[in-house]
Amino acid sequence: MERVFMKGCQAIAEAAIRAGCRFFAGYPITPQNEIPEYFSRRLPEVGGVFLQGESETASAAMLYGAGATGIRAMTSSSSCGISLMSEAIGWMAGACIPVVICNVSRGGPGIGSIQPSQQDYFQATKASGNGGFRMLVFAPSTVQEAVDMTYRAFDLAQKYKYPVYILTDGFTGEMMEPVVLPPMRSEEFLAAERKANEAWAVRGRGGAPKAHKIRCGTRFGVRCPLEQKNKEDWEMYERWKKDEIEYETDGTEDAELIITAYGISARIARSAVSILRKEGYKVGFIRPIKIHPFPEIAYEQLDYSRLRGILCAEMSIPPQFTYDVEAVVRKRAPIGTCLRSGGEIIERSAIIEAAKKLYGAK
Amino acid sequence: MENTVLIGGIGGQGILVFGQLLCLAAMEATDKYVTYFPSYSMEKRGGTSDCYVTISDEPVGSPKAEKSDYVVVFANMALKKFQHALNPGGTLFVDTSVCTEKTDRTDVHVVEVPAGEIAREMGDARVANLCMLGAFIGYTGILPPDKVLDAAHKTIGAKRPELRALNEEAFSKGLEIGAQAKAAHAASV
Repeated sequence: MERVFMKGCQAIAEAAIRAGCRFFAGYPITPQNEIPEYFSRRLPEVGGVFLQGESETASAAMLYGAGATGIRAMTSSSSCGISLMSEAIGWMAGACIPVVICNVSRGGPGIGSIQPSQQDYFQATKASGNGGFRMLVFAPSTVQEAVDMTYRAFDLAQKYKYPVYILTDGFTGEMMEPVVLPPMRSEEFLAAERKANEAWAVRGRGGAPKAHKIRCGTRFGVRCPLEQKNKEDWEMYERWKKDEIEYETDGTEDAELIITAYGISARIARSAVSILRKEGYKVGFIRPIKIHPFPEIAYEQLDYSRLRGILCAEMSIPPQFTYDVEAVVRKRAPIGTCLRSGGEIIERSAIIEAAKKLYGAK
Repeated sequence: MENTVLIGGIGGQGILVFGQLLCLAAMEATDKYVTYFPSYSMEKRGGTSDCYVTISDEPVGSPKAEKSDYVVVFANMALKKFQHALNPGGTLFVDTSVCTEKTDRTDVHVVEVPAGEIAREMGDARVANLCMLGAFIGYTGILPPDKVLDAAHKTIGAKRPELRALNEEAFSKGLEIGAQAKAAHAASV
C-alpha cells in the first residue's frame, strides 16, 4: 500500500473526492482553509463544482441546494463558522438531505481563537441547529482516521439520507502524517446512486407537469405532519444506537482506573495509558470513535466494583464530553477530569498526573 | 523508541521544509509512525516559524512533544524560546551564522553549524536549511542520508531540478560537519 504524507485538511478533501464528493461550497476560516483550497484545485479535475460563497450562511445554503439534487456534497468550516451554518444544517436535517459537514474546530465561544480546541462537543452532538435533530458524528484522532471517516461519512449520509458530521480540530487538520488513501469511487457507482436518488431528489421538471420538491419538515421528500417526521427521525436515532455505535477499548477488563477521551485528546490519552501500564497501574482506555450516538455500552460493561475512578481528558473548559460520561456512569465511580482549553494542547504528563491522583498514587 | 525533534526559526528560513523532509524520509525508509505539526505566525516572512516532528515505534500521542530529544534553532529568538524544551542529555543544533547568543543549558550537547554562512559561500542563502539537515543526520544517524536527500529531490527539487546539485552539496557539507561533531563528541566521552 502506497503511503503519502498529507496534512489532515488536505487528506479530508482528497478522501471526500475519492468517496464521490462532487460539490463543495465554503468560506475561508482558520484552521480549515486547506480544505477549500484543496477542493478548489482538485474538484474541477473530476468534473465537480467548487464554490466559495460570500459567507458561511450562503455556503451552507448552497450545500443544501446541491445535496437536494442527490449528488454527494460537502462543506467544512471551523467553530464560529459552523455556528453561522447552523440554520442551513437544521434545514438539511429537516429535509433529510445527505451531505457531509466537517468542523475543524478552534477555540471559543464566539470568535475565540484560531488555535485548536474541542469546545464544540455539545454543538456537534446535541444542538447543531434548532429543533432537536441529531446527526452521526465522527471524531478522528489521526490523519488516517480522518481519511477513513470522511470516506465512510458519504456512504452513511446516503444510507440514512441525512447530514453526517465530522468533528475534528485544528491539530488534526494541520498536522501531517503518512496515510493510505482509499480507492476512487467509480463514475458508474456514482451515476447509479444519482439515478436511485431521482426517487426523491430535485432533478428539474423535464417537461413533466409536476416535479419533486424538497421541503423542510419532510422525510425523503414525502410530505407528512411535522410530528410524524419528528417521530421517524427519532426512530432513526434509536436505530443508530444499535447499528452505528463505534468505540474502542483497551485493557478495561482488569482495570482499576479508566481513562476516556475522544478525537485528538484520545491519542494523547492512549499514550498516557501505555506509560501508566508500564509503571504497573491497572489502567484501561475507552475512546468513542463516533461521539454521536454515544457509546454508552462501553461504560455499562465496566466492572465498577474494581474501579477507583474514571478520568475524562478533553480540550474544553468547562468540560462537555465529561457530561456524557457522567450521565452513563451515574455516580458508580468517581469521575476526574484533565482539561485544557482555548487553544492549549492537553499534555500527556498532565493526564498521567491526574490519573495517579485519581488512582490514589502509591 | 521515539525520536522527537523541534525545529525553530524565522519564516522564510525553510524551517517547515526541514521538518517535512525528515518525516518524508522516515516514511520512505522505515515503517515507523511519523507525525509533523507546524506552528507559525501570520507573516509570510520574518515571523516565528517552528515545527514538531515525532518518529516512533509506537503510535504517536501528542503531535507536540512536551520535551524534545533534539532542538534545531535558526535564530536567537528560537534559541531562547526552545532551549528549555530540550530533554536533559539531548542535543541542540545551532546555526551559528545567525545565532549570536549561547544556550544557558549545561546538561545538553551542542552542535554548532555555520549553515547560513556555508550557504552564502555557495551563492544561495536558501540552502542553509539543507546544510543544517545534513548536519542533523550526520550527527544523529536517525535516518539514512540518501533517503533524506531523496526526499529533498522529490519535493523541493521537483519544482527546480537545476537546484539539485546545489541542494546536494549543501546537504553533504552539513553531513560532514555533523559526522565530525559526532566523532569529536565520542572521543571526548
